[in-house]
Amino acid sequence: MATLLEMRQITKEFPGVKALDRVDLKVEEGEIHAICGENGAGKSTLMKVLSGVYPAGSYDGEIVYEGETAQFRDIRDSEDRGIIIIHQELALVPQLSIAENIFLGNERATRGVIDWRMTNRRTEELLEKVGLSEAPTTLVDSIGVGKQQLVEIAKALSKNVKLLILDEPTAALQENDSRKLLDLLLELKAQGVTSILISHKLGEVRYVADTVTVIRDGTTVSTLDAKGLSEDQIVHDMVGRDMTNRFPEHKRTPGDILMEVDDWTVWHPEHVDRRVIRNAGFNVRAGEVVGIAGLMGSGRTELAMSIFGKSYGRNISGSVRLKGEAVDVSTVSKAIAAGISYVTEDRKSLGLVLDETIRFNTTLANLEGVSSNGVLKRNEETRVAERYREALATRTPSVFQKVVNLSGGNQQKVVLAKWLFTSPEVLILDEPTRGIDVGAKYEIYTIINDLAAQGKGVVMISSEMPELLGMCDRIYVMNEGALVGELTAAEASQERIMSLIVND
Amino acid sequence: MAVADSEQNEGTEHNGKGIGAYLASHLREYGLLLALIVIMVFFQVVTEGTLLRAVNVTNLLLQNSYIVIMALGMLVVIVSGNIDLSVGSVMGFIGALAAVMIVNFDQNIYVTIIACLAVGGLIGAAQGYWVAYWRIPSFIVTLAGMLVFRGLSLWLLEGQSVGPFPREFQIIANGFVPDIFPAGIGEMLAGMFDARKVNVLALVAGIVTAALIVWMGMRQRARNKAYGIEDEPASFFAARNFIVAAALIFITFKLSTFRGLPNVLITMAVLTVIYAFLTSSTVIGRRVYALGGNQKAAKLSGINTERLTFLAFTNMGVLAAAAGLVFAARLNTATPKAGFALELDVIAAVFIGGASMSGGVGTIIGAVVGAFLMGVLNNGMSIMGIGIDYQQMIKGLVLLAAVIFDVYNKQKQG
Ligand SMILES: Nc1ncnc2c1ncn2[C@@H]1O[C@H](COP(=O)(O)OP(=O)(O)OP(=O)(O)O)[C@@H](O)[C@H]1O
Ligand SMILES: [Mg+2]
Repeated sequence: MATLLEMRQITKEFPGVKALDRVDLKVEEGEIHAICGENGAGKSTLMKVLSGVYPAGSYDGEIVYEGETAQFRDIRDSEDRGIIIIHQELALVPQLSIAENIFLGNERATRGVIDWRMTNRRTEELLEKVGLSEAPTTLVDSIGVGKQQLVEIAKALSKNVKLLILDEPTAALQENDSRKLLDLLLELKAQGVTSILISHKLGEVRYVADTVTVIRDGTTVSTLDAKGLSEDQIVHDMVGRDMTNRFPEHKRTPGDILMEVDDWTVWHPEHVDRRVIRNAGFNVRAGEVVGIAGLMGSGRTELAMSIFGKSYGRNISGSVRLKGEAVDVSTVSKAIAAGISYVTEDRKSLGLVLDETIRFNTTLANLEGVSSNGVLKRNEETRVAERYREALATRTPSVFQKVVNLSGGNQQKVVLAKWLFTSPEVLILDEPTRGIDVGAKYEIYTIINDLAAQGKGVVMISSEMPELLGMCDRIYVMNEGALVGELTAAEASQERIMSLIVND
Repeated sequence: MAVADSEQNEGTEHNGKGIGAYLASHLREYGLLLALIVIMVFFQVVTEGTLLRAVNVTNLLLQNSYIVIMALGMLVVIVSGNIDLSVGSVMGFIGALAAVMIVNFDQNIYVTIIACLAVGGLIGAAQGYWVAYWRIPSFIVTLAGMLVFRGLSLWLLEGQSVGPFPREFQIIANGFVPDIFPAGIGEMLAGMFDARKVNVLALVAGIVTAALIVWMGMRQRARNKAYGIEDEPASFFAARNFIVAAALIFITFKLSTFRGLPNVLITMAVLTVIYAFLTSSTVIGRRVYALGGNQKAAKLSGINTERLTFLAFTNMGVLAAAAGLVFAARLNTATPKAGFALELDVIAAVFIGGASMSGGVGTIIGAVVGAFLMGVLNNGMSIMGIGIDYQQMIKGLVLLAAVIFDVYNKQKQG
């Protein structure tokens, strides 16, 4: 096998941050090469250097591709050479159809007029290749994230790809969707496509990768042969020491019922005759961590958001009681005042003001906490932001960094900090560890445990079953807008949860 | 935290690029100040010193006062992610209302002023209501408002000019603060500086304000240092403060040799300080930035985004009314054409001052400097006798250049 790509001594600096410090990466032709590392280690930055997002000259070091030195000026340049990157954030236009998205910027046209027949035919072929059975004219808006990822790959395939780069493609995917995607990668590999895969899900890495490169603090720590490699070895290199447990020890003795939701029904905001949540009822005790399991689209986020200040849906009925007393949660500020906080799953569009600093975002939901008589106390604000930066080990040169410049995982920590600062009685976490590395996950679990130990209630929505099983005292199972089952920690298992969903 | 890594806190390494990097990330602010200076020096030279003559400096301030006053409100509206195209018409309408109340109906001046400000607030509230609670794009609502209030002023004035105002009312715009210091000091200073006369109060006010600005800057700097916040290099800090203080003292000196401090300057300065404080240091100001930066995230953070939008427009209405009173008092008559196309100058000032069309970005000081930059351009070109045709073109190009500069700057940093 020949070497397809070699990145030598890549160094990339941002003002105040050395994101990459002499990184080496060597990718052989026809392999699947995984890159692992903690949040902010520099994985995405390295791939942006490779694909020309950061053009030649804005970094130090050398890229050798197909045997010759490459100097990409922009993405188009690298795409011409068959390097296609699928970014951590999906880049599809939701209001356009699948076919339009696939050929966006690359339209099948004669003299400026789009040849729809050709476009749709090619799209059908590509969709078949990636195993997606949707019509080319379907709007991207109306398909799930899992399918959107497949569309991204189809788009890459339409461009004659040699080296496919996927930055955390499965972060937002359900297990079976992830599996589909990984199998597709293996299939592409059989057809000669080389891939670079960035992922925090080490099980997946072991499943598909031939070689693993581990990056820590902007430098290459090791390049490992994936054959016979254990997850613990990868973790060891990622965090620089052994991590025996994925979940921190916890002993919990839940107290009285803290929050109780009864007969909760929510209707779709636009399709007036669609009931999204059907008579859901659940409770959380003081000092308890309760999970909500379910498939994507089962209504978990809608349930949480409708409780949190009626932020979703219409004609909401049902009651919420805190410590036995009915509370008004009709607006977000009332919900917060009552002691309920909700950490969104969609940090970019619902959680953060991206162009503002860490400090700005940390205090946004509790400005009263850093002001007196409506006047902000800046120093207090800085102190608060610093405190959470330390507590959550957010990687950033300072709390005055704009959050848009943070790595995905660190952005998640800022969102978490923001809601912890509202000192909630009940914290609802929606996919709290999406896109977060093993070390940071452990930190977040520790925080959850601390909250429970203080007698708070935690509701955790997650698509990662091991996480629910490892952290929760009780798990509710949700399917098609209804809570269809409840399992104690002792009863719960991946199989039982799935069977509750399937048998509903 | 169990897994905290000890190596994480090294963070900022201050390398040799310190000053360069600082300048790169703050190019916009320095650029604006620099542009204002360059333009002033340019016109000072080509108008052979007319630009900075005492009369003209006084005139410049009076001429731009209503733009500055409206720019304060417009900045808030634009930061919140909206725009208000109706302000020129509203300003004209309020001037007409004041004229009709005072001249035609002999109303008390103070009653009129309060009524006018209230009507301005109502107009703003009415427009804000549709934008905030019905989610109708502000561009459309205020475009409608622009037509409606233009028509209303025509109707109210029956197509005529109404005036003149009593002296008491004119003072709003054309009055000056009397000197409180003994005449002897003024005469002595006048002898020293070889001036006809010197208004000591104006000079003292300028020096005190300059000292205050420098002192507050130094206090902030010391505080930042204590918190290890990345700070302006000392040389920049010194140079910037020197320029600002010197300019302030120079301008007040000029004013003092003419008629002293204009009343509107005081109004303008007080309003600027209030709005600068509101936007940068209060909870409500912070929320406006959050609203413009990401409305959904702001809403999910418990911010009442509708009410905030509503208030931004109401506030704009009050300020447009204030500007309308100043404008009418200055011209000493209300005409149906008053305020025509003025919204464009106000909006341009805010964008030149660094605000972003998409919301969430912009400062009061930037907007005020932007307004004066446009004002100096207008004034300088008029003195030079450049035709209105060229003036429009040049102003348009300056606006475009400022915004291109912003976009370029942002790309380079990204
Ligand atoms: N445009 C930028 N300006 C300043 N700093 C940046 C910028 N982009 C990235 N960084 C910093 O560079 C470091 C590496 O970021 P990068 O996004 O590559 O991390 P990552 O390994 O992909 O992490 P994650 O797993 O969380 O996605 C981080 O410390 C980040 O804050
Ligand atoms: Mg990344």
